[in-house]
Amino acid sequence: MVEKYVTVELTTGLQARPAAQFVQKANSYTSDLFIEKDGKRINAKSIMGLMSLAIASGEEILVIADGNDEEKALKELLSFVSES
Amino acid sequence: MAKVRTQDLLDRFNLELLAGEDGVHREINTSDISRPGIEMTGYFEYYPKERLQLLGKTEMSFFNDLKPEEKRDRMEKLCTDITPGMVITRGMDVPEELMIAANEAAVPVMRSPHKTTRVISRLTNFLEVKFAPFTAVHGVLVDIYGIGVLITGQSGVGKSETALELVKRGHRLVADDSVEIRQEDYDILIGNAPPLIEHLLEIRGLGIINVMTLFGAGAVRSHKKISFSIHLETWDQKKQYDRLGLEEDTMKIMDVKLPRATIPVRPGRNLAVIIEVAAMNFRLKRMGVNAAEEFSQRLTNMIEQEKEGKNE
Repeated sequence: MVEKYVTVELTTGLQARPAAQFVQKANSYTSDLFIEKDGKRINAKSIMGLMSLAIASGEEILVIADGNDEEKALKELLSFVSES
Repeated sequence: MAKVRTQDLLDRFNLELLAGEDGVHREINTSDISRPGIEMTGYFEYYPKERLQLLGKTEMSFFNDLKPEEKRDRMEKLCTDITPGMVITRGMDVPEELMIAANEAAVPVMRSPHKTTRVISRLTNFLEVKFAPFTAVHGVLVDIYGIGVLITGQSGVGKSETALELVKRGHRLVADDSVEIRQEDYDILIGNAPPLIEHLLEIRGLGIINVMTLFGAGAVRSHKKISFSIHLETWDQKKQYDRLGLEEDTMKIMDVKLPRATIPVRPGRNLAVIIEVAAMNFRLKRMGVNAAEEFSQRLTNMIEQEKEGKNE
């Protein structure tokens, strides 16, 4: 299992469209992926869960990956949210 | 966890703020409530000063019999810099000494028109809910025939589609994809949707739909006690699935063990009907009718009889 804190740089935050793209990316991996914000943990492959967190730009989230392709998945998800 | 402040009590209950306005943003850290009866006698050794203090008729009548300097002393000791508030019940008059001490230490003094026991139970209930352990689970919560069924499983296994079919069959959606669960008491789990995605359902290919506007107010619930859970997984040839229903599998959420059934998913299996029946069967079991157990008993009896028949 690998995990890393990251600050969201996306200028709009994770609004509906970027959230959908994020979830698409997450779904291309077999690892279990989670996101934690303010102690709330959700499955990164679920769009509703992700949107329920209402992640804004500049907020810090914890991305957790567990499985065969965890390293790759974590890297890609981190780079997605840290691009502005 | 959300912080609870004295202001929240004022917003929620019919309380009158009489003194110590500066302290309304004090934080309440425990759901315990104290009735400082023994403290009125001057014994402050174990005074739980971090709790909300409640002054009822007994405390007040004892207090009224004290000498003026004692009155001042007790009230000054009761109003500490961390006491989140004082509540006076039955609409009783607030003594001058308390007003002065409370304003000095900025301890909010509130008055309720109701009886002490009533106030205690309502405040305790409110605080217990606020301080209840909390978690979020990936899954769908549906109210099926009055039973809160939590459907879990891998992403893309068909939880939301099953929920849609269940709603179409007249059941109620509580939460899709992410269920917030709090534990009340030591054995009760209450689930609700995160406020932002309440009433919404995501279906692959359709996107986000609003179940309440589509199916009406009868198709949704804001929260529901969770009594049963169903785990959906893609059919695994090598795995043994329950064929009898004699054993009861469980899953643990916080301190509560929730009965669970694992249902394999395969094209052509109507999951909604299976889950509906599972919920009914669960209800039946709780009412004392256990089909699997009854059948097993019948089979055992039959075998015993045949054995006896041969021996004779």
